[in-house]
Amino acid sequence: MELIDQHTKGIMEECKVRARDAGLRFDDESLEYIVTNRDLLELSPKGMIPTLYDYWVNDVEVIKGKERYKLYPNNPYETVINSRPAISFYNDNNPDWLNIMIFYHVLAHIDFFQNNTLFLNTWKDDFVGEALADKRYIEQLRSEHGRWVDYVVEFSRGIDNLAGYFDRLPLRGSIEDMQPPSKVDFYFDVFLQSMEKLPDHEIFKEIERYNKLITRNKAVAESAFFADVRKKYPEFSALYKKHTAKNGENVLDLMEFVRDNSTFLKKENNEWMKSVMNIVRGTSLYFSPQIRTKITNEGWASYWHDELFRADDRIKGHEVDYARTNAFVTSVSRVGLNPYAIGLRLIQYVEELVDKGKSAFGFQQLSKIEIREDFDKRTGKGRDAIFQLREKFSDFTLINTYVTQDFVNEHDLFVVGQRFNPQRGTVEYYIKSRKSEDYKKMLIEQLYHPPEISVIEDKTNDSNLYLSHQFEGKELMKAYIPETMTGIEYLWGGQVQLETTEIVKTDAESEDEELEYEHRRVLFTIKDRKISKTDL
Amino acid sequence: MPERKIDISAFLEKHGIDPEQEELVRRELEAGGEHHLVQMPPGKPIDAPGIYDFSDLQILQGIAPPKVSEVTALQTLEDLLERDEQREKDGFQKRIRIGRIVKPISGHKDQVVVVPTTTEPKFYHDTSTTEEEEATGGSGEGEEGEVIGEQAVDPREGEDGEGAGQGQGAEHDVLSDAFDLGKILTEKFSLPNLKMKGKKRAFTKYIYDLTDRNRGFGQILDKKETIRRIIQTNILLGNVTEEASVDPEELLINPKDRIYRVLSKEKDYETQAVVFFLRDYSGSMAGKPTEIVATQHLFIYSWLAYQYENKVETRFILHDTEAKEAPDFYTYHNSQIAGGTNVHPAYELVNKIVEEEQLARDYNVYVFHGTDGDDWDSVGEEAVKEIRRILTYCSRMGITIARNSWGSSGETTVEKYIESSGILKEKPDLIKMDMMVAADSTEERIIEGIKKLIEE
Repeated sequence: MELIDQHTKGIMEECKVRARDAGLRFDDESLEYIVTNRDLLELSPKGMIPTLYDYWVNDVEVIKGKERYKLYPNNPYETVINSRPAISFYNDNNPDWLNIMIFYHVLAHIDFFQNNTLFLNTWKDDFVGEALADKRYIEQLRSEHGRWVDYVVEFSRGIDNLAGYFDRLPLRGSIEDMQPPSKVDFYFDVFLQSMEKLPDHEIFKEIERYNKLITRNKAVAESAFFADVRKKYPEFSALYKKHTAKNGENVLDLMEFVRDNSTFLKKENNEWMKSVMNIVRGTSLYFSPQIRTKITNEGWASYWHDELFRADDRIKGHEVDYARTNAFVTSVSRVGLNPYAIGLRLIQYVEELVDKGKSAFGFQQLSKIEIREDFDKRTGKGRDAIFQLREKFSDFTLINTYVTQDFVNEHDLFVVGQRFNPQRGTVEYYIKSRKSEDYKKMLIEQLYHPPEISVIEDKTNDSNLYLSHQFEGKELMKAYIPETMTGIEYLWGGQVQLETTEIVKTDAESEDEELEYEHRRVLFTIKDRKISKTDL
Repeated sequence: MPERKIDISAFLEKHGIDPEQEELVRRELEAGGEHHLVQMPPGKPIDAPGIYDFSDLQILQGIAPPKVSEVTALQTLEDLLERDEQREKDGFQKRIRIGRIVKPISGHKDQVVVVPTTTEPKFYHDTSTTEEEEATGGSGEGEEGEVIGEQAVDPREGEDGEGAGQGQGAEHDVLSDAFDLGKILTEKFSLPNLKMKGKKRAFTKYIYDLTDRNRGFGQILDKKETIRRIIQTNILLGNVTEEASVDPEELLINPKDRIYRVLSKEKDYETQAVVFFLRDYSGSMAGKPTEIVATQHLFIYSWLAYQYENKVETRFILHDTEAKEAPDFYTYHNSQIAGGTNVHPAYELVNKIVEEEQLARDYNVYVFHGTDGDDWDSVGEEAVKEIRRILTYCSRMGITIARNSWGSSGETTVEKYIESSGILKEKPDLIKMDMMVAADSTEERIIEGIKKLIEE
């Protein structure tokens, strides 16, 4: 990977000025790299984070398919990552006009990362720096504990989609009220003094080290400083997070619960495993907001690359090229779901709604079609509204709020179904529904949504961990239950039970009758790596 | 198949079978259906890009996701397998797999997995359990209910899917995929080689080996031969005598004394074999049993194609109450189940083919039969007779019984009559039978089954 050349960097800086003028807000620094196919081979399994820890599964072709995203809460192939400074990746032979368009797109993504409240917990750290420290730490552990490190990584990853991402988001998203201590303050004021109880001269030495780094390079000082801190005190990061989370409701997710309560992990020789769990959990949490804002984020970026580039004089002579590329990116598919297209149109729809005053309660009371159509209050507040949208909305809330019949009609959207045609021996794709509720339901079905599994503390003791799956109409993938539970059992060091619901087909009385499904609550128990199932 | 409707009561009267079996027969007959090719599997994911299939690098910059070449992936195979062995020792499940369900379905390139793969098990929602069809979004003209595109399921019709975003060239060659799969099978499972008996016949095929010797230059120094030469030279020079001990320092070396081995063409000898695959595709084979048998035969077929470099001839026979030969593996593998079960016509057909084409003279004959063990003919007189005939020329006959959930637990009809006929004991090296409960059988178990069928 090498940085882009000065000429292109100049173009990028120019784009930043214009994007800021339009209202986008992002950090000054950004890094742009040229990537080759070889780089991508390494980057894409690591979610484009160059410093992510190594893991053997990344070297193997992992079974792909439509289910992939359900398993991995990251989109492995992004052009810009949510780091400080933000890092983005480019082809080395893009023409300048295309780079301008991409830069605007990237800047809008950075703006989204740094302002959307779902990303709130990623604002305090530079993940790339943190990941580097983690990677080195895992390497060091590997040299001590060999393959067992990989087992712990594997078993932690087995439950990393259950990390309590939403539990860690402050309730109302108003960080001003909460004011947690900065990482630096916490380190010097609390951690070193009252937790580690270091003598004064040692603390002074640390302060000196910090100051030296600050004077040398302000931008990376903190992450460099904490990279060393993590090596010395691997537990620091967890303590800091715990400390800052005190304000919110402190519900432990499965990973945390196992980490803090497992008798197996409490053994002195196994303490290191907790750090590994933390690293895996942290990585999962880092990717969580991104997968939950795919449509919104891509829509936002597409909105701005279009707005900004069309107003940019550098487009001259490339209008047709741009129109082609933009159409390729943002046209609604005949069959399929393009997040760029849907996101962009939803954002434009919201802007128009507010501009015309149609989002107001008064409008919703109107039922006459002509009046509804001609309704226009010219509020001029559409822009403000979409800036609020970028701050507060996730894919789910955006779809759930704004996929209305008007929206579906305006863009001729429909739900596509498939059926088998035995005469022709083909699978047919047909228009199943043009109703907004069906379209909305279909969209929501597609969104990333891991199962909700929590620890039932009343039924849990040192020798038994009792988990309960909250049934949401879909059963858990059966094939993966035993192996996932094996991993939990290993980390827990004792029996693990999982309560879940299975969907059982009941025999239809006659052939014409529709198949009936019955929901049955079952309990899986794993002990000594043997799994059994009982009906509840 | 109206012409094949059988009068049940007349049939039952004639054969006089017990009520339990009567129930099975009835169910098979009533299930109806036809043997057409692939149907859309329930819960089939829709073949259109979804929200998470789009990414900036691809869409904005046109950088295709990097493809791990099979060669690169295979390089680490040894490490991976070693790691897997170690996992087993540590008490965890193996993780390297050769693909989940490997089925050659046209237009689904990624369903045939030819490199070592793994999965990362996690808890996640399974949407395939209810019959609700998968859906996606679309846009544009059209009334509700209107068909906007279709996709061919059977590639032999030569129709490419249209409208559904499926590009050209999505068809793939079953044989070449099977070949790659076989390579991994042999490496992973170290299947014992089929012992090639019978006549050997030279082929006009060569292999290259380091057999020829050359003086002065070449690929590998043949040390023993070189030393011999040096001694010879030095005897001639008088440096080595019988009386004095030899001082290696004193020996003179002629450049021509160095003997090397060089690659050379060698004629290779090969045996010939023909393998019969027999599959029960009667109605009772619904679901798991068919999956097991089809998968197992795909594995065997793949492995044979690899091990014997496509030199093994293969024949495919499908049977319900009647037997017919399938023209190719694709048809064999993908034909749908229906109808009742009679085992003997399949064996009869094997005998007929072998006789008519005089295969026994020039070929080693192997027969693999997969069934759920049901047979309307509970005595199996015919079947046993045909088996005995097969065993007169066959090098190995392997029968896999994938017990289905219809029948009672315990021995199936086919098992019973084969056991009681005593042929398993009479000719233990010629015929093997393997039983598994279809519903609980994993890929590992299927491979295990292959090992059983072909063990020496």
